[in-house]
Amino acid sequence: MKPLFEFLLRQGDNALVLGHRTSEWCGTAPALEEDIALANTALDLIGQTQLWLGYAAEVEGAGRSADDLAYLRDVYDFRNILMLEVPNEDFGRTVMRQFLFDAFQVPWLTALCESADEHIAAIAAKSLKEALYHLERSAETVVALGDGTDDSNKRMQSALDVLWPYTGEHFLQDDVDNTMFKAKIAPLPVSLKPEWESTVRSTLNDANLKITDSTFAHSGGRTGFRHTEHLGHMLATMQVLQRSYPGATW
Amino acid sequence: MVDESQLKESQVWAWLESVPDPEIPVISVVDLGVVREVTVNADKVTVTITPTYSGCPAMSVIATDIEAELKKQGVTSLELNTKIAPPWTTDWLSEKGRALLEEYGIAPPRAAGTPEHCPLCKSGSVEKVSQFGSTPCKAQWRCLDCLEPFDYFKCI
Repeated sequence: MKPLFEFLLRQGDNALVLGHRTSEWCGTAPALEEDIALANTALDLIGQTQLWLGYAAEVEGAGRSADDLAYLRDVYDFRNILMLEVPNEDFGRTVMRQFLFDAFQVPWLTALCESADEHIAAIAAKSLKEALYHLERSAETVVALGDGTDDSNKRMQSALDVLWPYTGEHFLQDDVDNTMFKAKIAPLPVSLKPEWESTVRSTLNDANLKITDSTFAHSGGRTGFRHTEHLGHMLATMQVLQRSYPGATW
Repeated sequence: MVDESQLKESQVWAWLESVPDPEIPVISVVDLGVVREVTVNADKVTVTITPTYSGCPAMSVIATDIEAELKKQGVTSLELNTKIAPPWTTDWLSEKGRALLEEYGIAPPRAAGTPEHCPLCKSGSVEKVSQFGSTPCKAQWRCLDCLEPFDYFKCI
């Protein structure tokens, strides 16, 4: 597989999988305002997916479209990080995951605005505006809930404990990353770790939440080596229409 | 019907001024700043638009509406392009568009990131209800004097 195609799938699949998970809240969020906020966030992410996967399909040059990539690939062809596919569980975990992701996306997309690939720079500049807005809300909500009642604090702490071991996957490095770095298409993800950590630590500190000492990181999503059992279930729901009625449109 | 060989770009812009935004029909797609370029040459009219938010569902409606309006005006050969760079910004909302939004009850965007005042009673005493609203481009606020909720057009 071409490294650039692989790189674009990683961007598109992160946005797609989190976008789909977030959309699962539509109509069932704990408050009307949150329901609307989650649906809007999901919409932004699905829009970004169209841009990333649209470019991926073009780079691949195999006649597939963004829709084909989204609806007709199976688990092992997905390249999202594992954190984004684990189930929503509760509102606390959903918000915590959004925050941990947004805190990475903002410096990452900022750096991609300088990409030697103009198309990537354009998608990054467009997505960054939305990511900044998402981070504002997710950080604010993490603090409000973490620094809220005993119950909300406990639930945010347990969300953080579950998600923290998944955050390390953002910063792994393989041949795809090295190729992108050499071609000045993208920085090495690990170079953004200090900025990500500083945002995360200061926000979690304000939220009265403690980060575990463990440095263990789940991995396998961004390379496609090993996904969690949850992605297959998610795709079954997300792809059922195109799988049952191939080519259906409206 | 128009004589396409004599068509001027300013005429196309004028026609587009009458295409309303599907979600906020009080302003046109030109006032919203999504029409980035219009070129007319011998064989076709080219219109370039840019999305407000990457996932905004109104964009496909906007494209269809632009096509329908220009067809109605007699344009037979139209090329409609989308470009995302530079990304859309609320700075591209026209002054007329801002005034129309306010009149309609939507507080126009401000660089400060907050509405200037309640679009209904003009009180400056307002608070944010939610960062998101009924469409991707708006947030929910409320007035602490007249107590009415209102939309604020997000500044990006």
